[in-house]
Amino acid sequence: MTSLLPTEDETMLDDMARGFLSEAAPVTHLRAMRDAGKTFDPDLWAQMVEMGWAGVLIPEAAGGSGMGHAAAGILARAMGRTLASSPFIPTAVIAPVIFQAAHDPRHEETLRGIAEGKHVFALAVDEGPKHDPENTKLVATRAGNAFRLSGLKTFVRNGNAADRFLVLAKVDDQLTLFDVPSDREGIQRTEMALVDSQDTARVQFLDVELRDEDIVGEIGGAMAILRPALAAGQAALAAEMAGLASGIFDLTLGYLKERKQFGKVIGSFQALQHRAAKLWCEMEVTESAVIHAGRMLDESPEDATLAVSLASARAIRTAALAVQEGVQLHGGIGMTDEYDAGFYMKRAQVGAEWLGDYGFHAARVAALRGF
Amino acid sequence: MTDQGAQQTNEEFRTEARAWLEANCPTEMRDADNSEESVCWGGRNWSFQSDAQKVWLDRMASKGWTVPTWPVEFGGGGLTRDQEKILREEMASLGARVPLHGFGIGMLGPALLKFGTETQKQLYLPPIARGEIRWCQGYSEPGAGSDLASVQTKAETVGDNYVINGQKIWTSYADKADWMFALVRTDRDAPKHRGITFLLLDMTSPGVSTRPIRLISGRSPFCETFFDDVEVPRTQIVGEENRGWDVAKYVLTHERAMISGGRTGLTGGRPLASVLEGTSDPFLRAQAVGCDIDMMAMALTLERYKDKAKAGSIGDASSMLKYYGTELNKRRFELMMAAAGADALEWNGPYGSLPTDWLRTKANSIEGGTSEIMLSVIAKRVLEMPS
Repeated sequence: MTSLLPTEDETMLDDMARGFLSEAAPVTHLRAMRDAGKTFDPDLWAQMVEMGWAGVLIPEAAGGSGMGHAAAGILARAMGRTLASSPFIPTAVIAPVIFQAAHDPRHEETLRGIAEGKHVFALAVDEGPKHDPENTKLVATRAGNAFRLSGLKTFVRNGNAADRFLVLAKVDDQLTLFDVPSDREGIQRTEMALVDSQDTARVQFLDVELRDEDIVGEIGGAMAILRPALAAGQAALAAEMAGLASGIFDLTLGYLKERKQFGKVIGSFQALQHRAAKLWCEMEVTESAVIHAGRMLDESPEDATLAVSLASARAIRTAALAVQEGVQLHGGIGMTDEYDAGFYMKRAQVGAEWLGDYGFHAARVAALRGF
Repeated sequence: MTDQGAQQTNEEFRTEARAWLEANCPTEMRDADNSEESVCWGGRNWSFQSDAQKVWLDRMASKGWTVPTWPVEFGGGGLTRDQEKILREEMASLGARVPLHGFGIGMLGPALLKFGTETQKQLYLPPIARGEIRWCQGYSEPGAGSDLASVQTKAETVGDNYVINGQKIWTSYADKADWMFALVRTDRDAPKHRGITFLLLDMTSPGVSTRPIRLISGRSPFCETFFDDVEVPRTQIVGEENRGWDVAKYVLTHERAMISGGRTGLTGGRPLASVLEGTSDPFLRAQAVGCDIDMMAMALTLERYKDKAKAGSIGDASSMLKYYGTELNKRRFELMMAAAGADALEWNGPYGSLPTDWLRTKANSIEGGTSEIMLSVIAKRVLEMPS
């Protein structure tokens, strides 16, 4: 496997992404959106599309930039650092893997459309408080040549901005994936006001008509195409969480070097130095797992499950530690809405749930490692 | 001589290495046993535990594969970092034992390669590679533990020699070693970091004596070493006089990397899962999975840092490997002890050396710089926090 050190191209991509985001989407941008009651910035997304980010996993022949999973991780990481809001993971990571895994020429146009920024996708798989796609209860009932779908999906990230939903439902008790336009009759979405102020929807299906051509893959074939896509999404999310951790860490370290008490800079106190150093160690170890997951997805995707869950588990724990230490080490100012630390804490909590929590990933590691 | 196989592709090298290992590794050396008892340390006084152990060492040394990345002219294999990784993978898949351990390989060798004169390299490196000379490290003193730079063992110039007086402590295997690399004070008036010299000395020199220290594990891996008017030629300085601290710190970065991932560290000892087979305690199992996750991530980090070290220097960041690896290793052994329950409380009971190994891990986060010193190094040098 390729070394875990960044290649020259990766270093350039990272510099470019960080430079762009620190200008176009710093935390103040998220704050402004939240204060204005907005969860999606189409202009920001259009600029990301322009740079080839939407097509990061789509081959050049199909209209994308074909940079791969490691590169997707670099982009997600950079976005995590500044808490940039975008539909990147569902649209640019999960959807393209789904459509490529389905191996159907019908999807070429969709892939091209994703790379060109014509679509925002949202993944509607979860129905309860924990990520558990294989336990889907939503049923698509056969009705003549079509299907009728009634029920609820929840925690649908980017579900309000999306023009297409990837919906997991059961047909004849078999998990089946549908690609449905969000304006199909009978679909009602409501904004979930989540703690992290990100676009998230509850999607109600009221006797929605689904056709054969809405099926991605085949009836009962959902997990075969969803599994690699979820793995890709989880790896990108882990990278985002690692980036989030380094973002709050930099903020905290800066504060420790500047805040004075007892006539001294508080970063000179050993108790605080050791807490910062321990956190940095956790971040370094997590970084390796995150890079490794990207490399495995690029080079040996069939064997990447362990690497992805390892990265996810580590990133969830490290991000949680980083935000908790971040707020505590800031003291009172860290508790104020005026300061940015809270934004990191709230995003970390949501990210720790979205595509599987620590227990979800640890259980997968345990199974794969023979515990 | 040129670097062996630099023009070879990695896959060609893998094929060749696999075939060579298959043909040359004795069956008895294919049990992947790297326990304390089976380790080969080499040296003048070494008695091989079996003919196979000797054959294996000699064959690997003839390939330069006891020190795969050292230059061929100094007894190494001249391998690239990628090839070394492949060699280790192939050895692991065969279950081959590591043919030779020692502080010459892990600590002194890298320092000589960087700071030694040509003569010193030719004189000292090949015997390390062949397992002929076993080295020990004379660093700590009773009054210089975490504050290592305050060493007081005195070296006075008399003609072409130094005359050494003083005492070292925690000298690992001093009673079994042939030579020592030591920190001695050559200038008492200079600031403490600027009066230290890095010196090589023969343990059979008149005036050197050692006394093993019995530890909580019952073993005595560490010794006290005493110097009473010991004469050492001044040609045996590594680097410059009074600038030994630079060499010492370089050795420490290698020592820290070695402890974090070496035989007593992350990869040594029995795997966690095998001990857990005996328990159904869900609380323990959950902790074990968490430990396993962190161990895998740490193993990847060791690889990443080795690549970093090849590409440049990791410097003070090696403190992270040392801190994290040793704390993790202690956690792993605590879990194994808990999983084995009362069966692990018996010396040489059903779990063999587990209780001894468990106690040994407690030194990991002390030797080579305590965890607390590591955290301070990270805070000050890596994170640049103020004093």
